[in-house]
Amino acid sequence: MTHAHRAAAFLQNEDRANWHDQSLWHVRSKRDGSIAGIPEWESLRQLGSDIKDNVLSNLDTYLEAFEEKATANGVTVHWATDAEEHNRIVHGILHRHAVDRIVKSKSMLTEECHLNEYLEARGIEVVDTDLGERIIQLRSEPPSHIVMPAIHLKKEEIGQLFHEHLGTEAGASDPQYLTEAARQHLREKFLAARAAITGVNFAVAETGGVVVCTNEGNADMGVHLAPVQIHCMGIEKIIPRAEHLGVFTRLLARSATGQPVTIYTSHHHRPKPGGEMHVVIVDNGRTTQLAREDFRNSLKCIRCGACMNTCPIYRRSGGHSYDHTIPGPIGSILSPGIDLKKHGDLAFASTLCGSCSDVCPVRIDIHDQLYKWRQIVSKEGHLPATKRLPLAGAGTVLQHSGLYNFMGQAARVALRMAPRALVYNRLNAWGASRELPEVPAESFKQWYNRNKNDKA
Amino acid sequence: MSSKASILERIRAAKPADRPLPSLPSDPPAALAEWEEAFRTVLAASKTTFITREEIPGYVAASGAKTIVSTRPECDGNLDPRTVADPLQLAGVDVAVLSARLGVAENGALWVSEEEAVHRVMPFITQHLVLVLEREQLVGTMHQAYRRIDIAATGFGVFIAGPSKTADIEQSLVIGAHGPRSLAVCLC
Ligand code: SF4
Repeated sequence: MTHAHRAAAFLQNEDRANWHDQSLWHVRSKRDGSIAGIPEWESLRQLGSDIKDNVLSNLDTYLEAFEEKATANGVTVHWATDAEEHNRIVHGILHRHAVDRIVKSKSMLTEECHLNEYLEARGIEVVDTDLGERIIQLRSEPPSHIVMPAIHLKKEEIGQLFHEHLGTEAGASDPQYLTEAARQHLREKFLAARAAITGVNFAVAETGGVVVCTNEGNADMGVHLAPVQIHCMGIEKIIPRAEHLGVFTRLLARSATGQPVTIYTSHHHRPKPGGEMHVVIVDNGRTTQLAREDFRNSLKCIRCGACMNTCPIYRRSGGHSYDHTIPGPIGSILSPGIDLKKHGDLAFASTLCGSCSDVCPVRIDIHDQLYKWRQIVSKEGHLPATKRLPLAGAGTVLQHSGLYNFMGQAARVALRMAPRALVYNRLNAWGASRELPEVPAESFKQWYNRNKNDKA
Repeated sequence: MSSKASILERIRAAKPADRPLPSLPSDPPAALAEWEEAFRTVLAASKTTFITREEIPGYVAASGAKTIVSTRPECDGNLDPRTVADPLQLAGVDVAVLSARLGVAENGALWVSEEEAVHRVMPFITQHLVLVLEREQLVGTMHQAYRRIDIAATGFGVFIAGPSKTADIEQSLVIGAHGPRSLAVCLC
């Protein structure tokens, strides 16, 4: 099953697809409004990009400096080469403290590592506490967006879900009412948890601390109440100095939701009195991506989601159609690097319009990378026949001008004579929602040759 | 080889040639009056109310709060956070009146470290939050803010820019997700 198939399924319900499209475009518009207040926005993006370039070229030294500082601060730092090791480390910490229930705030990394399943299989109750995350956790489905995990759901569906799981009134779907129910439900979980896990937005090499950004305050409720706090981060989350937070906090929320800053920007440097603080640093394929010159820029991503909100394909295919942890344009350049055969089709889930690169706060050349993946996918023979055969044919025709002239003539005749079934069939997705143009009687070349003498 | 060593070795083999760190924008000239106006505007948009020093006791009383924590002279509390050993005991706090150390004009963020919060969870677990900030502690941008504060001076510190909120259900804004249901700021 390819992205195109899953997108087709998503588009079956036209009203819903339109609603999804508009919800995301609304967020994109809020972003535009918010950056209008920062005249130096473009130079700020450049700064973000330049700092991240410096990070990638000094990743090893920054990570070591971070560990040294954090350790001196009383934090325990762990290193995990892959998801399995990450999960084992987290489980080890919980096991040592005999913890059987934890609260977790949003972390795409733990999602990527399938930590929940790992811990649940070992008898630990995991409660996702971000409202959107909790919703999809109760539905047993993955997030469809990295900032708004439940953006694909209607409030009536959430009302029904909460009715079943939290005992809210049947038929109730008022967001205020549902959020209040979730607040009460999760407060109990916060008070009962013995350990809290969060993702990391930024880790500061200079100070050995981690920064976590939320709007709900769920990460802090968890971390400050539970005796054990664990922060899980990919190696690329490191930034050199505290002053660089100024650049990234200015970029992140404006790009993500159009807010001038997230409600909470929390800086954790030492364990609370009597508590323990752990940081798990994870590779899980990132060094492989770092080695790919054409694609290493994808590691600069600060996970704002702006490229998703703006993408005409994402908006009309939904996050689940990408079939991987990180959807949308950035997901489409990360996923093929993990499994080219499985996710190579994502390189084609784009119009290459470049809107993603335009909005990206750290100036990642997303659409260029998509184009480069396409070349790799076709070179390595992963193109499906529906793309490969026509492309090979077009290549031959375009190389020979005589053949091109003939084919043009033939097409003009064929378009008039051919049965519709030739275009509008199962093999040709293009025809599903398009009409062919009216056929002109002559080609441009014929017209030009006929008219050029008149002009003179 | 340890995981740390192998990750570092892979990075060294893969990383690109050194790229210099860019220099950051310098501080804009002080413009306290403008900063205050911007600060008020952006926080109001983030559903925050402003009150004066004199209004604090009345504001707290009007909220109907039973359990009040205050580290400020403007208002008396009835629970001394310093006598609380376990943060779980703060679950019943209705209002907390705390100092903020710094405010940022461009986004309304207020810096509260664990020194001001007494317990790290205080500004999150309380149902309503009041923050008091001295006017002179306003800066223009986040760049300035990070120059002024030392984020590692305390074990925990947070920028707060409004009451807790969520828009996870159909993008509808709801105030009071997990943290405070309201934020009031007093500039003094
Ligand atoms: S690639 Fe850029 S726009 Fe997309 S999520 Fe990452 S930082 Fe945001």
